[in-house]
Amino acid sequence: METNEKKDKEMSRRTFFKVLGTAGVVSAGLVACGDKQKKVLSEMAAEIPTDKMTYRVNPSTGDKVSLLGFGMMRLPSVGGRSAREGNEAIDQEMVNRMVDFAIAHGVNYFDTSPAYCRGESERATGIALSRYPRDKYFIATKLSNFAPSTWSREASIAMYKNSFKELQVDYIDYLLLHAVGMGGGMEEFEARYIKNGMLDYLLEERRAGRIRNLGFSYHGDIKVFDYLLSKHDEYKWDFVQIQLNYLDWQYAKEINPRNTDAEYLYGELAKRKIPAIIMEPLLGGRLSNLPNNIMARLKQREPERSVASWAFRYAGSYPDVLVVLSGMTCMEHLQDNLRTYCPLKPLTEDEVHFLHDTATLMMEYDTIPCNDCKYCMPCPYGLDIPAILLHYNKCLNEGNIPTSSQDENYRKARRVYLVGYDRSVPKLRQASHCIGCNQCSPHCPQGIDIPKELHRIDRYVERLKRETL
Amino acid sequence: MLRRIRVILAVLFFLAVTGLFLDFTGTIHAWLGWTAKIQFLPAVLALNVGVVLFLVVLTLILGRVYCSVICPLGVMQDIISWLSGRRKKKRFRFSYSPEVKWSRYGVLAVFIVALLAGIGSLVALFAPYSSYGRIVSNLFAPLYQWGNNLLAYFAERADSYAFYETEVWMKGLGTFIVAAVTFIVIAVLAWRNGRTYCNTICPVGTVLGFLSRYALFRPVIDAGKCKECGLCSRKCKVSCINYKEFRIDYSRCVDCMDCIDTCKHGAIHFACRLKKSEPAKEEGKPVDTARRGFLTATAVVAASATLQAQEKKVDGGLAVIEDKKIPVRATRIVPPGALGIRHFEQHCTACQLCVSVCPNGVLRPSSGMMTLMQPEMSYERGYCRPECMRCSEVCPAGAIRPITVADKSATHIGHAVWVRENCIPLTDGVSCGNCARHCPVWAILMVPSDPENPDSPKIPVVNEERCIGCGACENLCPARPFSAIYVEGHEVHHEG
Repeated sequence: METNEKKDKEMSRRTFFKVLGTAGVVSAGLVACGDKQKKVLSEMAAEIPTDKMTYRVNPSTGDKVSLLGFGMMRLPSVGGRSAREGNEAIDQEMVNRMVDFAIAHGVNYFDTSPAYCRGESERATGIALSRYPRDKYFIATKLSNFAPSTWSREASIAMYKNSFKELQVDYIDYLLLHAVGMGGGMEEFEARYIKNGMLDYLLEERRAGRIRNLGFSYHGDIKVFDYLLSKHDEYKWDFVQIQLNYLDWQYAKEINPRNTDAEYLYGELAKRKIPAIIMEPLLGGRLSNLPNNIMARLKQREPERSVASWAFRYAGSYPDVLVVLSGMTCMEHLQDNLRTYCPLKPLTEDEVHFLHDTATLMMEYDTIPCNDCKYCMPCPYGLDIPAILLHYNKCLNEGNIPTSSQDENYRKARRVYLVGYDRSVPKLRQASHCIGCNQCSPHCPQGIDIPKELHRIDRYVERLKRETL
Repeated sequence: MLRRIRVILAVLFFLAVTGLFLDFTGTIHAWLGWTAKIQFLPAVLALNVGVVLFLVVLTLILGRVYCSVICPLGVMQDIISWLSGRRKKKRFRFSYSPEVKWSRYGVLAVFIVALLAGIGSLVALFAPYSSYGRIVSNLFAPLYQWGNNLLAYFAERADSYAFYETEVWMKGLGTFIVAAVTFIVIAVLAWRNGRTYCNTICPVGTVLGFLSRYALFRPVIDAGKCKECGLCSRKCKVSCINYKEFRIDYSRCVDCMDCIDTCKHGAIHFACRLKKSEPAKEEGKPVDTARRGFLTATAVVAASATLQAQEKKVDGGLAVIEDKKIPVRATRIVPPGALGIRHFEQHCTACQLCVSVCPNGVLRPSSGMMTLMQPEMSYERGYCRPECMRCSEVCPAGAIRPITVADKSATHIGHAVWVRENCIPLTDGVSCGNCARHCPVWAILMVPSDPENPDSPKIPVVNEERCIGCGACENLCPARPFSAIYVEGHEVHHEG
């Protein structure tokens, strides 16, 4: 009874970014409440069934994988905020609770990397999962040898070996070549995996059984993607991880000419019957934190479902998708996603069109395609790059980017932008301190020209401050 | 009745002046800035003839109402004394004492000598308005700002933009200590003996006291009605009523009207001096005299470690940012509108009003012996933003003259100099140009460091003719703790 009231109060919503869930303790065995009470609860707060998760089968190993995969990139921090806003340590207790809740509701795929959360994610994942029998979960990690100093064979192998130690396992279920195509494209790919013999090494590890599935995650230069697929007969990719969502389906290239539409990526994989693992189904929250009119459009059709659920249903509705990853920071994210996938209600054709139309509407907003993945961080000069970009996006979504001092809401919007800017980003970490060294851009999976955007925002802030708009 | 009017006016003035020092948003200056501008010493230093004349005439007619109503330090003492008097058996705790001439005139003499000699720190130490400004800006403003920050904290959580956070920082240790000691001394004196400070130390009180001897209206004791109970004398916080001789020392009386209200026999009246009203000769206070030049310090720019870019191996996290340190400047920097260092020193009363309102953390009290507490500029926390004119708007003493945005962008208060050893393109091998990008007057150009090689790392060159010394380059320079480009002040500001 008490638990029910508690749950009712905190209607899980993605917008509650700052609130860490306190209601995670809904035990798996809790008996469903009576019919009378069920009607009182919104669908968004209803009991999550523990045995309804949608599973997909991996054709090469026969793994029965939960459609929802737990991304360990955005883990919570002890500060109570979304983990990655500062230098705070990971909140291991919260991670354990979320993993417990996920496993109790059928999630069995966990995706991490040696680079995530300032390099702390693998260890936290290992601690949380090692409390379960090894056959209860699948682990995915990556060879994240981005830094030129780790391109050597020795350094790469050391990184790979270290993952076993951190994750406390003796085999890895899914190993990925991390973010191929990014940075230096084909050249960088060859330096990281071919010239040092690492790809051959990993193929050997797969034969030895220490890697059960080998694949790659892809961003950026399409040549690398096409090249790797052309070598499918030789490498026998067990899976490929791509960015797919209703905005990127047809607009990825339009948003940034360096990127490729998800329609093409998914099509190429489906053609070869390679299972797709989906990342950024929600664009780092950009598809849950929408401009108001778009939010209303989605809510109108499903008032009792979260905005985010549309994006997850979209990604999950493609039949050759094996797992849809979600980097969940708090219990509310997890619960909302579980509601969407326990079980998945695939989109109808009409609903798919509806989402594609929605994407067309969204293209009218000039938001910066930052997903807050923090691959660009840490900036050597101390800037908080994602925070600067997200503040700009937030103001854009809320109509607080005045273009002229004659605008009707100029005074209010100016104040909201400037006061909010100082709140979101400490002065010393604001765009005015960007020197344009460009260390960040090659790391951006979305291909944003970060210094250019920061300088643009800085010029805009300068005009707001000087009132010369 | 008269007492009540005095109290109401005093409270209003007191709140207004205090508000000026507390309000970091700069909103109330537009309405109440005049309450600082009518303070005596600032008006004298500003050569504000109108205000000085008004105060002189006011004192010649009504006596030292200035001390009771307009002077915030005086009202502060009244408040402390009043609190003290609310204790049991302390309502009538004063008694008549003769004038301490040597102290009053001694301090006045030292004060005038200091003023003429240009020892700004000594002048600022004795000036009552300056003392009060220091006390509020150093002791009370931080409390006010913390209160504001608490509201801002809640506002942020309520998604409101009504309050925004402001930075509370120690602007100058020396000035803080002076303010704290001044406050303690004056508070103790006021708690025990009322306005001792005003009539033994305060140079403004001494000058006005000299005038008020000849005031047209003043309280007088009607010897016929007086029963010599002594209540008035025991209520007089300036200890100036000699009831036995029915005499009041008008040089010390601040016209608080307490005695009139206290007398049970109606023996004291605020009455006109009908006999002869000889015109008092105004005490000329020469203020234009030339002063000692500013000592120039030798510039030794310490070689500094720069922030080294590190190879990025993992995602997320924030790099640690080292605090900037103040470079050694051969010539200090004073704000646009100050015209130059000498003009600034001649007029500044070190009241800290400009320091209190500077929204960019640029102004802070100097720690030099000769200029102690007088504001100066430095750019570790921010720079002198082109749209901001706050300090020039609030300065009551004419040390910082009012200036417009257009004039400001054409006023050269200093010029940037470059320090090769710290410049990031040379030390870290990355492209930068952040100084050039932010220069509001395009005085900085990025040129290849090797004239022979157009692809060599680009370094900034400063066009000193254009540079106005705003410090954007210094503040935004990525080199830490010492910037690779910093501003040297100009002795005399020039325009164009």
